[in-house]
Amino acid sequence: MLIKTHADGFVHPVASDVTPLAVYQSRRDLIRLMATGAAGVALASWASREALAQSWAAPGQNAALARTRSNVAGALIMEKVTEYKDASSYNNFYEFGTDKADPAKNAHTLKTSPWSVEIEGLVKKPGRYALEDLLKLSAQEERIYRLRCVEGWSMVIPWVGYSLSELIKKVEPLAGAKYVEFVTLADPKTMPGVGSRVLDWPYVEGLRLDEAMHPLTLLAFGMYGEVLPKQSGAPLRLVVPWKYGFKSGKSLVKIRFTDKQPATAWNKAAASEYGFYSNVNPDVDHPRWSQATERRIGEDGLFARKRKTLMFNGYEAQVGQLYAGMDLKKYF
Amino acid sequence: MGSGQAAAARVFAEYCRHSYAKPLVFVLALLPFLYLLWAAAFDQLGANPAEALVRATGDWTLRMLCVVLAVTPLRVLTGSPALARFRRILGLFVYFYALLHLLSYSGFDMAFDLGDIARDIVKRPFILVGFVAFVLLTSLALTSFNRAIKALGGRNWQRLHRAVYGVAGLAILHFFWMRAGKNDFAEVAVYAAVLMALLGWRLWRWLHNKG
Repeated sequence: MLIKTHADGFVHPVASDVTPLAVYQSRRDLIRLMATGAAGVALASWASREALAQSWAAPGQNAALARTRSNVAGALIMEKVTEYKDASSYNNFYEFGTDKADPAKNAHTLKTSPWSVEIEGLVKKPGRYALEDLLKLSAQEERIYRLRCVEGWSMVIPWVGYSLSELIKKVEPLAGAKYVEFVTLADPKTMPGVGSRVLDWPYVEGLRLDEAMHPLTLLAFGMYGEVLPKQSGAPLRLVVPWKYGFKSGKSLVKIRFTDKQPATAWNKAAASEYGFYSNVNPDVDHPRWSQATERRIGEDGLFARKRKTLMFNGYEAQVGQLYAGMDLKKYF
Repeated sequence: MGSGQAAAARVFAEYCRHSYAKPLVFVLALLPFLYLLWAAAFDQLGANPAEALVRATGDWTLRMLCVVLAVTPLRVLTGSPALARFRRILGLFVYFYALLHLLSYSGFDMAFDLGDIARDIVKRPFILVGFVAFVLLTSLALTSFNRAIKALGGRNWQRLHRAVYGVAGLAILHFFWMRAGKNDFAEVAVYAAVLMALLGWRLWRWLHNKG
């Protein structure tokens, strides 16, 4: 005779034992991540190949760019990657026009070869660095970052590149260097937008040196496993995932190390609207709109609800300490 | 007017009075809406379809506003009184696209959260201006039928409906403010020039008739 007691049969799990839905849904990514992190090189490359094949199809638009998955903390978020079609057709790159469809239409005129980047200012090794050498300067990594535009929309982009710190270490900043200024191409012959009065050209952006040295700050040469399409800032650009997108300059031609905070393009155009830091912050609104939510491009169609914007775009664990004790409402 | 021109005007007036004329205008004015419906259903609105719909419905409100304000100048300048027949239907289409614009914004941007919408109206001047323009347009749409004209009396009705000039000014201000973020006023200038010409013509005529 079978006697049922309270103690046997189905054991009810306590709430803390239940796998959170988000983790359950991304368990394959988790396994892959663990493989890349813990297993040997062979297994890691097998796993990353597998992962790449599953998360998106190579668009086949540009030359492939070999890379390995990044080990940098926070560099591989587990969210659905934005479709390449959307990421390459909805761009803010005012040098090619202010409408978001303009860059994809107009950027074909951009000449990305030959290309070099001038390193100047407070560094031991200034000079002109050819793109070919920059491409080989450090191992190219895959990084899947959120991209949050100040306008209130966001994407998830698989970039290819390496930490900007690799380049900075090579050129050896002097003790007095406190900021890094990024100057982007302004060629009126190939960029129809440069004639406009929308901004002061060239487009200049800047970071504090410690921000620039943060491992998440990426010098990107590609996306979706291929070299960058022109409308996304070919042949090389910056990606600072915890700041609004405009902080990440495209088509870089000059990197300057200075002791003074650089005068950045949007800050010059409207200082009350675009601060030097421009960290993604749901609690500090743009003067003309709320930053509490964002529309994830390509997510669940027309009637999808907006997402809640995350502090530092979800990278608070990695970058929060950079701003410890700072009044983020004042230094917005 | 030469005899050839007079004949042309007569033919034109006949076309205007044709029983198919109004349905034709109706279908033409509905085409942008049908296109947007099709584009939304078949994913033809680009990476951010919600934003595309908010903007397109705003653009079409402005365009219909230009069209309806062009009726009277065209009527007078071409000597075709029959054109007046289309004023109400075109005016109602301005309201139709304005309503779609408001619904797109409220739904796609604000998830129909009335509290959020109210806060947004207070927070953003350009939203406030758009909202005021919509309220004015609503009062015009609600008094657009014959019984309302009778109830108000022709003179009062006309006075009320001059608010459309204010709507034009507010609509341009709304568009200007929205584009001010990008310092990009080329398109705003085109609409402003068209509306200024249409309103300027009325002002000139009013001053002329007065003197």
